[in-house]
Amino acid sequence: MNRKQTDKFATTIFTLFAAIIVLVLAALLGYVLYLGIQQVTWDFLTSKSSNFRAGGGIQDQLFNSFYILLWTMIFTVPLGLAGGIYMAEYAKGNKLTAVIRVCIETLASLPSIVLGMFGLLVFVNTFNIGYSVLSGALTLTIFNLPIMIRTCENAIRSVPLQQKEAGLALGYTHWRTTTTVLLPSAFPSILTGIILSCGLVFGEAAALLYSAGMTTPNLDFGNWNPFSGTSPLNIMRPAETLSVHVWKVNSEGIIPDIRDVADGGAAVLVTTILIFNISARMLGSWIHRKLTSK
Amino acid sequence: MQTNLRASERIVRKSRKLSLKNSERNGKMIVYTAAFLTVVATLAVTIFLTQRGLQSFYISDISPLEFFASTNWDPAGDNPTYGALVFIFGSLAVTLVSAIIVAPLGIGTAIFMTEIAPSWGKRVLQPVIEILVGIPSVIYGYIGLTVLVPFIREQVGGSGYSLMASIVVVSVMILPTVTTLSADALNRLPDGLRSSSYALGATRWQTIRRVLLPAAIPGLLTAVILGMARAIGEALAIQMVIGNTELLPGSLLDPTATMTTIITLNMGHTTFGSAENNVLWTLGLILLAISYLLVMAVRFLGARRKM
Repeated sequence: MNRKQTDKFATTIFTLFAAIIVLVLAALLGYVLYLGIQQVTWDFLTSKSSNFRAGGGIQDQLFNSFYILLWTMIFTVPLGLAGGIYMAEYAKGNKLTAVIRVCIETLASLPSIVLGMFGLLVFVNTFNIGYSVLSGALTLTIFNLPIMIRTCENAIRSVPLQQKEAGLALGYTHWRTTTTVLLPSAFPSILTGIILSCGLVFGEAAALLYSAGMTTPNLDFGNWNPFSGTSPLNIMRPAETLSVHVWKVNSEGIIPDIRDVADGGAAVLVTTILIFNISARMLGSWIHRKLTSK
Repeated sequence: MQTNLRASERIVRKSRKLSLKNSERNGKMIVYTAAFLTVVATLAVTIFLTQRGLQSFYISDISPLEFFASTNWDPAGDNPTYGALVFIFGSLAVTLVSAIIVAPLGIGTAIFMTEIAPSWGKRVLQPVIEILVGIPSVIYGYIGLTVLVPFIREQVGGSGYSLMASIVVVSVMILPTVTTLSADALNRLPDGLRSSSYALGATRWQTIRRVLLPAAIPGLLTAVILGMARAIGEALAIQMVIGNTELLPGSLLDPTATMTTIITLNMGHTTFGSAENNVLWTLGLILLAISYLLVMAVRFLGARRKM
């Protein structure tokens, strides 16, 4: 083979690899959505799950997933934003910054099951919160924090230096420049990052098995007193999320219609994550167009 | 300071300056606290898991030699043994084999994205890969369980629940991670490298093989290592397809178990503080230690890249 032929051959191989990835995604999504569409009905989405009998739905699990997601974001967004501002603007190039960076990287690469064990040890047992929405959300906060800090740091860093200099030249303090110049410019990327991480948190299961628990009390959707044990808003009750439910039904379910519930649950899970993903993309480019009037 | 201002104006100016100073100080305090909390969280995870993970050895009196070197896992027996070698082997086998499969595939796709069809790569492949990264592991496990396991059972042999099934599932899971990080590494290379190589008359493949790949090696290794970090920590997807038997696999078609799967399965129904429970925490500690090792490896490669 001469060098031209080798070049052609290599190009074909790389194209093949890329095609494999696209095919894998198409097959995965196609499979899950095709099977799911036959199961997902309004009734499936709004009826309670059943432990023994057929015909259960995923109402509580779906609610729990969104509820834990909400609390996780309430904890993570301010913390991640502040951490990102620190890393982008205030961190000096010294040992301390290196230590913080190692911490962020370690947290990011921790297996989620290990985070779940930490949640069990600290939030569930030591703080004695028990299997609960709160324990789950706190565990997921540690899971999501490094992602959030990195997103915010990169977003702030990618604002052109001139904008920052302009703010400082006007006599603004560093903090005021950060909040009134840098943050608004970085806002579209930060928002995209937040929505994308919502998708990751929504799908996470391993970290929740032993922090939010694998059961849900009999929720009464007419009871909105957050301190009542059967209220969906209570943050001290155990809360099995949708992805935990999909895992549990598949691996140890004893209901007769395992496949139906698993298919339906998986499809709802994937659809929600696709919605997060696509809306992040669209919103990001929309805001960008709006701000730059392109 | 101007002296022709009225006293009231001077006070206003002064308080404004003060409030600016205050907001600067408050702002600094907020961001320093957030950074500090990150360190606290990491330290807490490390300290709690280390303290808990070492209890197998000094409270339950399990010999480290037995733990690391024996494949005898029989916590319920009359003479309980806690050899964890099977789980450690399972985790390493799944991680290493899938890394070997995924490295060429992921780097190859990254080359396609950055060197061969950049516009197509950005428009189609990038979103596809980002969606793949975002698909939760239970979905991978569920598809493995309902498609791959029956397929292996009917076409290849065995029960289907096997080391092979988990390697395939994990490979599909980490492929997008490795691809996107490799593409980043290739994109970071200065364009001058490409143009000078082409100017010398090199073909695209020659440019890729002789110029770009050697220059991007630290970044590509980082991509593979981070993929391995995801593989070794994966729990539920593997648990659903590996079969969960506490035996060393004789072949790729045999079921076995990993550190993460045994934690997933047994954490719920072992008594807190019992020897069997302590062993699970020790496995968690090993996973934590591996995370630290991989982070150090990535940092080492990062320092190499800067030179």
